[in-house]
Amino acid sequence: MTTTSPVSRPISDSRRRAAASVLTVEHLDVVYQVEPPVHAVKDVSLVLGRGEILGLAGESGCGKTTLAYAINRLHRPPAEVTHGSVTFHDREGPDLDLLALQKEDLRRFRWAKLSMVFQGAMNALNPVTSVRAQLDDVLTTHVPAMSRSARRARCTEVFELVGVDPGRLDSYPHELSGGMRQRVMIAMALLLNPQVMIMDEPTTALDVVVQRGILREILRLRQELGFSVIFITHDLPLLLELSDRIAIMLDGEIVEIASADEIYLRPQHPYTRKLLDAFPSLTGERGAFIRSGASSSRDQQPDVDSDPDGMDPR
Amino acid sequence: MTTLEVKNLVKDFSIRSGWHRSTLRAVDDVSFTLVPGRTVALVGESGSGKSTVARMIARLERPTAGEIVATAPDGRQVANRRFRDHVQMVFQDPFASLNPFHTIEHHLARPLRLHGPAKSRAEVEALVEELLARVNLSADSIAYRRPHELSGGQRQRVAIARALAPGAQVIIADEPVSMLDVSIRLGVLNLLARLQREDNLAVLYITHDLATARHFSDNILVMYRGRVVERGPADEVILHPKHPYTQLLAAAAPNPERRGRSHLTVSGSIEPVSDGPREARADSGCNFQDRCAFAMDACAEVPPDFAVGDDHFAKCWLYPGDAGAPARERIRGSSA
Repeated sequence: MTTTSPVSRPISDSRRRAAASVLTVEHLDVVYQVEPPVHAVKDVSLVLGRGEILGLAGESGCGKTTLAYAINRLHRPPAEVTHGSVTFHDREGPDLDLLALQKEDLRRFRWAKLSMVFQGAMNALNPVTSVRAQLDDVLTTHVPAMSRSARRARCTEVFELVGVDPGRLDSYPHELSGGMRQRVMIAMALLLNPQVMIMDEPTTALDVVVQRGILREILRLRQELGFSVIFITHDLPLLLELSDRIAIMLDGEIVEIASADEIYLRPQHPYTRKLLDAFPSLTGERGAFIRSGASSSRDQQPDVDSDPDGMDPR
Repeated sequence: MTTLEVKNLVKDFSIRSGWHRSTLRAVDDVSFTLVPGRTVALVGESGSGKSTVARMIARLERPTAGEIVATAPDGRQVANRRFRDHVQMVFQDPFASLNPFHTIEHHLARPLRLHGPAKSRAEVEALVEELLARVNLSADSIAYRRPHELSGGQRQRVAIARALAPGAQVIIADEPVSMLDVSIRLGVLNLLARLQREDNLAVLYITHDLATARHFSDNILVMYRGRVVERGPADEVILHPKHPYTQLLAAAAPNPERRGRSHLTVSGSIEPVSDGPREARADSGCNFQDRCAFAMDACAEVPPDFAVGDDHFAKCWLYPGDAGAPARERIRGSSA
C-alpha cells in the first residue's frame, strides 16, 4: 500500500515496494504468432506491491487483457510469451517462476494464489448449472479433502462477503441481475483466499450506482483480506479514484506508471494526457470537450472539433 | 425545421412467468419537446426506460398511450408515411447496426432512394460522397468497403451519415458512443455536435454517462423506472441535482476531482436496496422511495413535477410548492 501523499520519493519508494511486493513482471513480451506476428505486449515490467491496487488503463486492443492472461498463464496459442519473466513472491513459500510452472503445479497455483475476475460476468458463468455448483467446483478441485458441509459453509461465507444473500446460492446465473452476477464472480475469485486478484473490466457493463457499490466492496474486502488487485479498465476517472498506482498502456507498452495523483496532476506522456482529455469532467471545467456554437454559453472555443479524426488513430 | 413533441408517453410490456402474467410499465407519462438546434439528454440507469422511449420515437415500438407528434417546418403535422423522412435513429452498436453483407455505399444509397431526395444514379453517387465527406470519411477509400473493414468509430460515423441521408431533422442517438473506444468517443460526439450546428438538428442524446450528458446537451431529463424524475438545464441538473436519485447518480459517477478513496470507503446511504428485477408498481407512489434516504409518508403518492429552479423540475415531495430553501440545504448537506 502506498501512502496517499502526492510527494514522490522514487528511490525509497521503489525499494520499499520491492521488499513487500507480491508479483514482479520483467521485460515481458507476448506475441501472437500469426501472419504477420502481432506483438501484443512489448517489454512490460511492473511490480505489484502487497495489498496494492494497480490500475491498468488503455483502449481496446492495447494489450491489457493479453498481459493479464499471460501473467495468469491463460494465454493460448497463437499467443506466446517470447521473452521475460513473471515471478510470484509467495507469502508462505519460495518465489514461483510462473512461466515455468507445469501442469499440476500450475493448476495448484492458479486461483489459489492468483485469481481472476473475467470480463463480462454475464458470459463467464455457466448458464446450465447453479451458482453453488460452480463455486463448489472450485473447492472440490483445489481442496479435495474439504467436507461437503465445510464447502457449504465456505460458499455461504464468500457470498456474505460480497453482499449477496446466500439464499441465492441455488440460483442459476440468468436469475441474477448483472450486478449480482458480478458479485458472484468476485465471490468465486475470493473462495481460496488468493494473494492477487486480476480484475478485467469487472464493472464495464454495469450502471454507475451498481458499479460504485462493487468498487466499495472491493476496497472493503482488500482492507479485510489484504490481497492485491490488478484492475484493468479503460475508464480512467474510475482508476483515478480507486488505484494506488496507474499504468497506462499503449500498443502493448506501458508508457507511464505513477501514482494516481501524479497521473492526474502531472501526466508525463502525451498519450496519458490524451486519455485524460477523453473524459470530460463531471463537475469541473470543460476540457478538450467543448461542444461549440450551439448555445450562447458554450462558444468559447469554436474550433476544437474542426478535426474529429484527430482522436482516431486508425 | 422539424420539431418533435412527445406527450404523456406510456409503454406497458406484459411479462409472463409460468402461468402468472403481469404488466411492467417501462415508460410512465413521459413528455418533452425536441426543438431544432437543441440537444436533450436522457440519462438513467439500465432498465430505466431510456431506450424504450427512443424506440417508440423511431416507431420501432408502439406506445400504449400518449402521442409522438412531429411538426414540419411549414407548421403542419408530419404524416405517418413521411415520419421517417424527418426522424432518424443512430443505434448503440455500430457492429450490429450495419449489414455485413452490403457495402457502405449501399447503406447510404438506399435511404437516399427510398426517401426520395435523389433520383438518378449520378445524383445518388454525388450525395453519398457528400454524406461521407460530412462525417469526415473519404468516399474513395470507404464507399465500396464492407462494415467489417472499418473501425468502430468509422462505422458509427457511417451510421450517423445514414441517419442524415433521408434529410432527417430530428436525430435520436441511443448511446452512440458507449461501444466505441474511449479515445475516439469525443471525436464522434463533437462530429454530431458539428452536424447539429450545420443542419440545425434536434437531437435526443440517450446515455448513462452524466459527464458527456452535461457537456453535450442543453437540457437533461433523468429517468428512473420509467418516469422522468428530474429535468432542467444541463449544468443545473448535474451540478445542483435536486431529486435524491439524481444526487445518487451524480455521487456515484467517477469523478477524478475527487481523487483518493476517502469517500469510497465511507459507507453512505447510496447503496441500492434492491438489486432484483423490479415489479410493476405503477400506482404505489414515488418509485424511488424504497431506495431513498429521505422517504416519508407523502411518498406513498406519486409526486408531481415541482419547480426547483429556473426551468428546473423535480418529481419529489421534498420540494412541495416551490424551491423551498430549507429543504434544499438539508438534502445537499447530507449528500456531501
